[in-house]
Amino acid sequence: MSMLNIEGLNVWFGRDRDRVDAVKGASFDVGTGESFGLVGESGSGKSTILRAITGLAPTWSGRITVDGRAVEKARPRAFYKQVQMVFQDPYASLHPRHSVDAVLAETLKLHGFTDIDARVAKLLDDVGLGQKFRFRYPHQLSGGQRQRVAIARALAPEPQLLLLDEPTSALDVSVQAEILNLLADLRQGHGLTFLMVSHDLSVVGHMCDRLAVMKDGEIVEVMDVAALRAMKATHPYSQHLLQASV
Amino acid sequence: MADMTLRQWLLTDTPTSRRHAKLSALYQGWLAFRSNTMAMIGLGILLLLVFIAAAAPLLAPHDPFVQNLGNRLAPLGSEGHLLGTDSLGRDILSRLIYGARITLYIVALVALIAPVVGLLVGTVSGYVGGWVDIVLMRITDIFLAFPRLVLALAFVAALGAGIENAVIAISLTAWPPYARIARAETLTIRSSDYIAAIKLQGAGGLRIITKHIWPLCISSLIVRVTLDMAGIILAAAGLGFLGLGAQPPSPEWGAMISEGRRFILDHWWVATMPGLAIFTVSLAFNLLGDGLRDVLDPKAGE
Amino acid sequence: MMDPLLDIENLWVRFPTRQGVFDAVRGVSFTLGRERLGIVGESGSGKSMTGRAILRLIRPPGRVEAEHIKLDGVDLLQKSEKEMRDVRGERISMVMQDPKFSLNPVMTIGDQIIEAYRLHNNASKSEARSKALEMLGAVSIRDPERVMRAYPHEMSGGMGQRIMIAMMLIPNPQILIADEPTSALDVSVQRQVLDIMDRLVKERGMGLIFISHDLNLVADFCDRVLIMYAGRIVEVCDADKLHDAQHPYTRGLLNSLPRLDTPRDRLDVLERDPAWSDASSVSGRI
Repeated sequence: MSMLNIEGLNVWFGRDRDRVDAVKGASFDVGTGESFGLVGESGSGKSTILRAITGLAPTWSGRITVDGRAVEKARPRAFYKQVQMVFQDPYASLHPRHSVDAVLAETLKLHGFTDIDARVAKLLDDVGLGQKFRFRYPHQLSGGQRQRVAIARALAPEPQLLLLDEPTSALDVSVQAEILNLLADLRQGHGLTFLMVSHDLSVVGHMCDRLAVMKDGEIVEVMDVAALRAMKATHPYSQHLLQASV
Repeated sequence: MADMTLRQWLLTDTPTSRRHAKLSALYQGWLAFRSNTMAMIGLGILLLLVFIAAAAPLLAPHDPFVQNLGNRLAPLGSEGHLLGTDSLGRDILSRLIYGARITLYIVALVALIAPVVGLLVGTVSGYVGGWVDIVLMRITDIFLAFPRLVLALAFVAALGAGIENAVIAISLTAWPPYARIARAETLTIRSSDYIAAIKLQGAGGLRIITKHIWPLCISSLIVRVTLDMAGIILAAAGLGFLGLGAQPPSPEWGAMISEGRRFILDHWWVATMPGLAIFTVSLAFNLLGDGLRDVLDPKAGE
Repeated sequence: MMDPLLDIENLWVRFPTRQGVFDAVRGVSFTLGRERLGIVGESGSGKSMTGRAILRLIRPPGRVEAEHIKLDGVDLLQKSEKEMRDVRGERISMVMQDPKFSLNPVMTIGDQIIEAYRLHNNASKSEARSKALEMLGAVSIRDPERVMRAYPHEMSGGMGQRIMIAMMLIPNPQILIADEPTSALDVSVQRQVLDIMDRLVKERGMGLIFISHDLNLVADFCDRVLIMYAGRIVEVCDADKLHDAQHPYTRGLLNSLPRLDTPRDRLDVLERDPAWSDASSVSGRI
C-alpha cells in the first residue's frame, strides 16, 4: 500500500526566459509506514518536492497521489489533516508574537477540534516539552525546544504523512540526537509515514528505510539504506556524495 | 507559591496562563521602556498634557474666551496673567490650557484614522499581490506625489474650514507612508516559514492578514505614528495658521500663532508661547517614538 | 618549541544584562603556534566569542578581559583602537561563516580585492590588479579574469568563501581565524575549501584557528583541538586522538552523531552534568 506516490513531477519557478526548472520528472513511491529520504546538495530540488506536495510551490505538473487520492492544485483543508510538514529553521518557522499555546490552539481550531485545552496539553507531552512551556514565546525557547513546538504543530491535525525538511540541520548535534529520537518514537507511536529531506547522509541513513539521491532537479538513484551503509551506490554522483560524507 | 512577589510573578520564565503570559510580556516591555530616560521624559510630558486637557476648567486662571480690551497685549508675568494677554486681552495661559484639548483631539483622531487606513491598504496590497497591489499602490503614489500641506489645503478648501475637516484632510494625506511601510513589512513576512506553516493548516487569507501579519506590522506603525505626531500637530497648526483649521475664537495653538504674528516684533510672547507649546509636545512625541522603537522593534528586541 | 604566535591567558568575555553579568567566555587560556588549532563546541559554548575577543571585536556593552593576549610577545589588550585596526587584517585575519554578508554587494569582486590590497600595500592600481589575479589563482579559482568582473551575488557559496579567503590572505597575515568557514557549504565543496586553506597555511607558515561545531571535520583537518563547553575549555587533545577523547562531554557529543557504519535504533542523548560548567577551564597552552 502506498501512502505517497509521485510520478513525473516537474516544478518550476518564473516564466518564459526567467523560468527555472527546480525539479525535472521526479518519480518515487513511499509505502505506508515507511520512512523515505531525499538527499542531495543545495539547489538539487529536494526541498522543492516537499513544497510542491504541500502546495507552497504552486507551479508544478505531473501526478501526486496521497493515500490513493490524486492531489489537486487547490487543496481542501482535509488534505492538511493528512499531510503536514516540519520546516528546516525553527527560528523562522514560529510566529515571533505567538506563544506556544497560541500556535497549537490556533492549529487545532482550524482543524475543527473542540477539546483544545486537553489536546494542547497532550501534544506538549508527546513532544517531550511538558506543560511549563505552554505559555512561553519563541524567544524564550532554545532551538531544540522550538523545533519540538514545530513538530507538535505538525502533529496537531493527526496527519498520516509527515514531511521533514532538514529538521535538524540548524541544531547542535546533541540536540539533533534528541530530535531524531523523538521523531523515531513519534513515527512508531502514531504510525506515521516520513518523507525526509536532508543533505546529511548519516542522518538519512539513521532515520530512513529507503532514499532517493537528487542532482540538479533529477532523481539519479533510489536505493535501500542497507546499500547506502554498504557503500554500494551505483550512480557515480551518489558514490561521490558517499565518499565526501565519510 | 505564596511568597512570590508581584515582580517575580511578572518576570517568570514559566507563565501559568494566557493572561499571565500576556502580562509578563507587557511588563518586560515596560521595563525595557523604563530604562530609556528620554522616552520616559516624553511620556511624562504627554501624560501631563492629557491631565492638563482633562482638568482645563480647574487649572485655567481665566476664561479663555473672555476679552478685556483694556488690558490687551499685557507682557509676561503681569498681574493675573502669567504668560500675558493677546490682542483682545485674553489670558494666553488659559488659552494654551484649553488649546491642549484641541491638540489632543486632533492627534487622537488622526492617530485613529491614518494608520488604520494605511495598515489595511498596505497589508492587503502586500499579501494579495497581483493587480490589487498595482491598483492600491498607484493610488498611494498619487497621494504621495503632492506636498502634504498643499493637499490638505485642497481638501479643506473643498470640505470647508473647521477642525473636523482639518483632521480628515490631514488623515487623508498622512496614510500613504503607512501603507508603504505596512506593504514592505508584509512582503517580507509573507514569504516567511511561519506564514507557510499556518497556510499548511488550511488558514485563509483573511485570517493570515489579521492574526499573523497585523501583529507584526502594528508595532512599527505605532513607532512611525508616534514619530509623525509632531508633523501632524505642526500640519494642524499650519492649517490653523492659514485660517483653514480651527476657527477663531477657538484657542487652537496654530491659530494663536497666526493671530500673534501681527505683533511679533513688539509683543513677541503672543506668538512665541503657543509656539513653545507646539515645540514641547512635538518633542515629547519624538522622544516617546524613539523609546517605543527600542521596545517594539522585534528585530532589535530578541 | 618555538615561541608561540599567539598566547592567551585567562580570557573572559562579559556581557552585562538585566539579570546580571553574563560570562560568554570564562577564563580560557591557550597558545597558537604554526599549527591548525580547532575550537569545537555547540552553539553558546563561547567558541565564536573567543575568536572575536582575540581581535577585540566584541561590541560594547560586552567586555574583553584577560591577563594578556600576546601576539608575537606584544599584548593586544594594551593597544589603542587605532593600533588594533592595523592588527586586524594586517596580522590576524578572520573568515566568517557566510561570505554573502562579508562582501560588498554593489562592488565587483575585482575592485574589492584591489581596494583591500591597496589599503594594506602602497601599490599602483595595475600592480594591485596583478596581485589580485594571483591571489584568486592561489585559491584555485580557474577563471580569475571573469571572477574579477563579477558581483558577489553571481558567485556560489563555495566560490564566495574562496574569494573571502583570498582577500583575507592579501596582507600576508600571521594568523587566520576561520569561524565556521564551511558550514554553509555542501560537503563536496567543503572539502575543496578546506584543502585550499590547508595548503595556504602550510606554505606560508601561518597559524590557523578553526572554529567549528563539526567534530569529525575538526578531527580530520586540525592538528590540535580545544573542546569548549559553557565558556570554558573542557578538554584539549590532539586531533587524531579526538575519537579517544576522555571528557564525558566530548564523548557524549561523539556518541550522539548518527553513523553510517554502525546503525543504531536510538542515538545516545547527551546528559549534561552541571559540574562541567563549574569545573575550571583546562589550559590549552603548550
